[in-house]
Formats: sequence, structure tokens, C-alpha cells
Amino acid sequence: MTLRDIINKLLRRQPASASTARERLQLVLAHDRSDLSTDLLDKMRREILEVVARYVEIDMEEGAVSLETEDRMTALVANLPIKRTLNGQIKLNETVNQEKKEEKPEEMEADFIDSKESTPN
Amino acid sequence: MASDTRVILICSGKGGVGKTTLTANLGISLARQGKTTAVLDADFGLRNLDLLLGLENRIVYTAQEVLEEECRLDQALVKHKQESNLSLLPAGNPRMLDWLKPDDMQRIVEMLSDQFKYVLIDCPAGVEDGFKNAMYASKEAIVVTNPEVSAVRDADRVIGLLNTNGIKPVQLVLNRVRPKMMANQEMLSINDVKDILALPLLGLVLEDEQVIVSTNRGEPLTLNSTNAPAAKCYLNIARRLEGEDIPLIDPAKEISGFGAKFKRLMQTKIF
Repeated sequence: MTLRDIINKLLRRQPASASTARERLQLVLAHDRSDLSTDLLDKMRREILEVVARYVEIDMEEGAVSLETEDRMTALVANLPIKRTLNGQIKLNETVNQEKKEEKPEEMEADFIDSKESTPN
Repeated sequence: MASDTRVILICSGKGGVGKTTLTANLGISLARQGKTTAVLDADFGLRNLDLLLGLENRIVYTAQEVLEEECRLDQALVKHKQESNLSLLPAGNPRMLDWLKPDDMQRIVEMLSDQFKYVLIDCPAGVEDGFKNAMYASKEAIVVTNPEVSAVRDADRVIGLLNTNGIKPVQLVLNRVRPKMMANQEMLSINDVKDILALPLLGLVLEDEQVIVSTNRGEPLTLNSTNAPAAKCYLNIARRLEGEDIPLIDPAKEISGFGAKFKRLMQTKIF
């Protein structure tokens, strides 16, 4: 985020279009590169949520599964806020992926797909 | 085949981003640096390289007659009037698309490689057979793109294909850069494009009205208007291809006058 973006935000103006372009591109490229359709991604999202829900109580509304891309590597990122574990305790720091706990201690993050170059036909 | 010949595919995916203009100007620049250079118009459907080089009236034979062995390669090659190191192999009839195979393209490139230090292939837009034929015959590639979402997206698709086919190095040229729009953050920045496509940047080319003037005349900018902003960019790209270490221009420094400093300040990344 640049100084201009912050000022625009404070003034409730539309952000400069370059940042919008960047964000839209990153999203569309993640999909282009993975060759996954939104339907398939949605199905996968629901199944992942089901599996996780067997072990911990999660907020089904808030859960997000998305494709993120950086340096031509695409990762499937699931961000699933945990309400509580099924035995009633919230003990995230031990049970959950430790990498990112300092950023989002109340959420579970799991990077599923290791990485994959885009596979054009 | 002379193994040290550099066979470079100039491609973009999207049409109209400046492949042909880059090919013409790189051809002139490399020739001027004393390198024997052939530019091959692989866009058989919509050929234009001859027009940009001002050689359209001097075409007798094309790649088609060479492949059909109706003429020798040197009969089809059109030598540039001012830069004798540069030759064009014109694209044949659009009907060539029906029968041209990757092998044919490879044969042509091999013939050219015997005589030239550089073979620049002006690739057709798209990712279909025309592109693929040209790609199979190439060793390395330059991907041209503009700082616009559609051009970057298409470039990404092409880069994926080049990677899976083992073409390397693949380098990026960012064309039609508008420093003012970038300063106002109304255009994807150099770093945005570089990061998204994850390619080394071979150069950037400033948007320049003189490019149109030069195409009107059929004289690439690098031929006679070497002071034009875009001409300098093209010349730098050619020198970098030759391994010279020339720093990239900073678009922020290209804008002057009131407010330039302020705009630079506004671009400061906070987080």
C-alpha cells in the first residue's frame, strides 16, 4: 500500500486504479495458472470445510479457501477461523499450523497444494 | 547449424502490444552494433514486419518459396538499404498456415543460423499453431507486454507455454510505459508487472508518439531518430542482449516540472 492509497482511503475516495489492476490480475492469474474452475474450487472448499469440521468447530460462514499466487507459484490457502475444538477448549497454538500463528492466532491457516507451475495444454 | 547463433522469439500473446515494432528496432540496433541479424516474419496471417522496415516494395520471394525450394534463401532475403547487416525473410502467403509444420519453421531457422549471428522471430499473436511453430524453432524468448491487465494476463499464458517447452532464457520487455500515469498510480508499475510475471526485465520502452511517425515512414526509430525517448530504450535493450550492463531508466525521473517530487512521495510504499 502506498501513501496515495492511504490518503485515498482516508478521504473515502476510490483507490488509484493500479492497485485494483494488480489485485484483479493476481486473482485471475491464480485461476489461469491452476486450471481450476470456480465450481471445482467451491466443491473443494466445501469438502475441506467438512473434513475440518469433523475435528474442530469452525465458522462456516467465515471460512475462505482461495488460490494465491506469487512468483509463478500457486498455493491453495485455507483460512478457517476456529470457534473451539470439539472437546470445548480453544487451544490453537499447539494444534494448528505454526507458521503463521503470530499473524493470526485465532485462525487456522493451511497451505495445501505445495506449488505448481501453470500447466498449459 | 552455427551453434552460437541466438534465435530469439519475440512474442506477447496479445496482439498490438509492440512485437513487430520491437523486432524491427532490435534488428536495426543489433545490425548497427555490427551483428549480422535476420528478422523472420512468422506472422503469416497478418504480416507487417516488411512495412515497418520499409522493405515492402522489395520483396520478391518469401519463406514460402524457400520452403518449397523454388528459390534459394539468399534470393528471398531482403537486405536493408541502410543497415547492410540486417536482412528480412518475409512471411509467405497466409495460406501457408494450412500446411506449415514445426519442422518447416525449424528448417528455415537452421538455414538462417548458418549466416547470421542473431535470428529474431516476429511471432504472431495468440497461443495457437502459429505461435507454437515459431516457439519450437526458437532457443530463447522475449515476451513483450504493456502495463495493462489484458496484456499481462496473456503474457502470463505465453510464459507458461515457453516454460513447459524449455525455452530459456525468457526475458521481459515492458512496452508503452507512461511515466505520468505510473506516477499517479493509474497504471501498473514496473515492479507490479515484473513481480506478477516473475521474469527478468530486459528493458522498458516509453510510450512515444514518434513510434507512429516512424512506422508511417517505414523507418524504425532507431534508424534515424536515435534521440527519441523510445529509440533510446530500444537501443538499450539491444545492448543488454549483447551482455552490456545498462541500468534501466526510472520512469519517475522521466516526469519533470511541478508536482513531480510530490508524485514520487505519494508512491512511497508504506506496507
